[in-house]
Amino acid sequence: MRHFVIVGILVIVVAVLTYVGLDSIGLMPVEASAQAVPIDWMWNWNVVAMSFFFSLIAVPLFYSLIVFRRRKGDATDAEHIEGNDALEITWTVIPLFIAIVFAYMGAYSLGAVKRADPNAMIVKVTAIQWSWKFEYPDYGITTKELYLPVDKQVVLKMEAGDVIHSFWVPEFRVKQDIVPGRVTDYRITPTLEGSYKVRCAELCGTSHAYMESPVVVVNQAEFDEWVAARRSEVAAAQTPEERGQLLVSANGCAACHSLDGSELPGPTWQALFGESVKLADGTTVIADEAYLAASIKDPLAQVVEGFQPIMPATYGFSDEEIADIVAYIKTLK
Amino acid sequence: MKRFISTALVRGLFWQFIGTLAGAGLVTGIRAAMGLSITDQFFFTEPAWVLGGFFGVLFFLAGNGSVSDWFKWARGIETHDHHADAPGWEKYLNVSLDHKVIGVQYTITALALIGIGGTFALIFRTELAQSGLQYLTTTFKVFGQTGPQFYNTLMSLHGMIMIVSILLGIAGIINYVVPLLLGAQDMAFPRLNAFSYWIAVPAAVLLLMSMVLGGFDTGWTGYPPLSARAPVGVQMFFMGVFTAGWSSILGALNLIATVLRMRSKGMTAFRLPIFVWAAIATSIIALTATQLIGLSFQLVMFQRLFGMGFFDPAKGGNPILFQHLFWFYSHPAVYVFVLPGLGVISELLPVFVRKPLFGYKFVAMSSLGIALVGFLVWAHHMFTSGMNEYLRVPFMYSTMLVAVPTGVKFFSWVATLWKGKIITPTPMLFVLGGIVVFLLGGLSGPPNATVSTDLHLQDTYWIVGHFHDTIFGGFVFPFFAAIYYWFPKATGRRMNETLGKIHFWMMTPSFFVLTLFMMRVGLLGMRRRIADYDAALGFDTYHLIMTIAGFLIAISVCIFLYNFFTSIRKGEKAEGNLWNSRSPEWQVPSPMPAHNYDQPFEVVGEPYDYGLEGSKYVEFAKNK
Repeated sequence: MRHFVIVGILVIVVAVLTYVGLDSIGLMPVEASAQAVPIDWMWNWNVVAMSFFFSLIAVPLFYSLIVFRRRKGDATDAEHIEGNDALEITWTVIPLFIAIVFAYMGAYSLGAVKRADPNAMIVKVTAIQWSWKFEYPDYGITTKELYLPVDKQVVLKMEAGDVIHSFWVPEFRVKQDIVPGRVTDYRITPTLEGSYKVRCAELCGTSHAYMESPVVVVNQAEFDEWVAARRSEVAAAQTPEERGQLLVSANGCAACHSLDGSELPGPTWQALFGESVKLADGTTVIADEAYLAASIKDPLAQVVEGFQPIMPATYGFSDEEIADIVAYIKTLK
Repeated sequence: MKRFISTALVRGLFWQFIGTLAGAGLVTGIRAAMGLSITDQFFFTEPAWVLGGFFGVLFFLAGNGSVSDWFKWARGIETHDHHADAPGWEKYLNVSLDHKVIGVQYTITALALIGIGGTFALIFRTELAQSGLQYLTTTFKVFGQTGPQFYNTLMSLHGMIMIVSILLGIAGIINYVVPLLLGAQDMAFPRLNAFSYWIAVPAAVLLLMSMVLGGFDTGWTGYPPLSARAPVGVQMFFMGVFTAGWSSILGALNLIATVLRMRSKGMTAFRLPIFVWAAIATSIIALTATQLIGLSFQLVMFQRLFGMGFFDPAKGGNPILFQHLFWFYSHPAVYVFVLPGLGVISELLPVFVRKPLFGYKFVAMSSLGIALVGFLVWAHHMFTSGMNEYLRVPFMYSTMLVAVPTGVKFFSWVATLWKGKIITPTPMLFVLGGIVVFLLGGLSGPPNATVSTDLHLQDTYWIVGHFHDTIFGGFVFPFFAAIYYWFPKATGRRMNETLGKIHFWMMTPSFFVLTLFMMRVGLLGMRRRIADYDAALGFDTYHLIMTIAGFLIAISVCIFLYNFFTSIRKGEKAEGNLWNSRSPEWQVPSPMPAHNYDQPFEVVGEPYDYGLEGSKYVEFAKNK
């Protein structure tokens, strides 16, 4: 009986200390969305359960190791205790009940995460190896970084151009895969202004680690300013070179094609125009307008030697846009 | 040297080489006749490599003699039913029908693969020690891959090589131990047993071949469309897994037949050694679920080879269907990995506590319970995948149920320890280490099951930490415990205790540091499967510590290997009942003779009645 009392007290003490310890070191990143609240609530209950069950198993285990070890010189066996059916049923039924309660809480918090606002702002997201593109249909702008007004629900309509990607902003908590051939929704209500990053969470090939883009949460006034600035940028782009530069930046071309000669998964564009390029099939071509345009339209037809045939053909540029991009490439000396 | 070259292993590898060339040559010839291209980046074209890989496996098995008895039967030639192997090391490299030899073959192969998979892990863990790319840079080139691509290949292969090593490791323990525990002379189908082992060898070769054929960047999960676009190495990976699956399926079939048919007199269901219950539970899963991973990979192979768009949305395919098929095996697979280890814990605990296993029937049933519930939970890997949203809730409920039988095991273990007379030689240390590590793995599970929290946790380092805890606790620690425990049975010598304790005390704390820090960075935003991470996240120190911990684990395993191989010849003699166990295999002198027990035994009591005066588990027949 004495053993049970000591262990019982120790279990409670250790459970409380474990919980307080885990809670105080700050396990999660800052909470920056309304959806993070129910998730962190569920997480907290999980930590409570983890602390309690850790203590419930570990304390009697280590207690036994210390108190019930065989003393030196003792060669006898221990007391013959085969089991106790009532006890076994107890520790089957009570955990079963707890498991069901937790599953219910999980469903309840999932419901809170999914609560939809009919007036949510729509942003179209396109994920391709290895960049993000954001289109605001309400404002007619396309950007590489995601600006969001604070305290307003946004629904991201996400599509993948090539392989599966996953949209994850750790501060928002929620994660959603983006699957080729379908549109997946990601609903979020940012609640804390600041700069975060979307990080692709589903392995998507060579540069998966670098598939990150800024996510900036600002107040409504700053958001409107930002939208206006983007729109005037588009309006101001008069020459093909300027329009090309905007397209390149919005579509994340530089994630694979460096503009300064550094090595990335695709050939650099620096001083590319007019050079002769050796292809994987052994032939050589001159990087003129026709070659560059053809390579954007059908990237796998003429692969440069030493590079993988991995560029997607799903950008959907018009001929005018391609001409603008080529014009921009020409300027990169 | 000559004796080495003439072994079945070397012959098999030679024929695999010839077979690969023959298959690749055949396709290349046909392609030449059809006017198609005949060479590619890695010399042969992809279809040529695929048929080459397939022929290589067939040639290996035909060439090394593991199927020759069946061919003799087909031609009406009688074969010896059971012949003893010649003494010496050669029997381990030749086709043997003795379950003990096959058990050792499995175990040594598993250790070799653990060495390879572990080395891969050290390479990429070193790369992660600091943010930024240190040596696997974009200018680094090996096997036609840049640094980041090679990182992905190593990371993917680490996963699958370790999985195969685990499957072989559990097959090693099961093969060696189960017939001895049952009092059987051998497994039910000795030739099938040999075949199951030998098919795993060309499978491992195929897996490693993937590395030099451009590698693959898909992770061990091989999700299309990424795997449909990966280099040709992914085909070798698919075929390696497909081939290794045969080993697992046939081994499981053999085990179930053995337990059903070859028990000693009096060994009723609830007098089976508890490890046998675990082996049955794991075999039921392996026998019935392994097909699904083979199938899912085969469909991607065909998508690549023949343009069949199973998972290609442009052709009406569905990428998410692959994930369902894949996880239908690959989730139960983790129970295949851990159930035998948990069985080892339950089997060894009473011996070192000197007290019966608490609640034998409940522990036995909990293994079956985990196996059966394990079939109903696969989609919890897909909570963020974009599958039908309403599927998430039922899979959350079924997943939470796994906690119940797992909890029964923990409570029963603790109750076994309670009021025992605990002794802690090396095998017991690993048993206890296994319990505590598996406890961390178990406790970090429910947050992944409750959907809302999993939306944050999925695909992060938290999962990596959780998974390594379950597998180290459920397999690696018990595997070491089993080796330390049954080593004297196999060799008549024991492994060095001091080195064993150094191994334990070096590995265990390092492992805690490694996985707890994995979980820590995962919660804070570290994704899994990345070669580099944002320096702004401030994870550099954590990763440096994890890398050091990883190397300490590797050093401790090297100490184990040194201990293992030197003790075979030089270990302290231990021919008697070293652990004072009630189990039948310890009632006869070590090492075990070729045909196991000279006298059959009868089960006359409960297996774990330690502390019950005058009781016995088995009684051997008096003389002939």
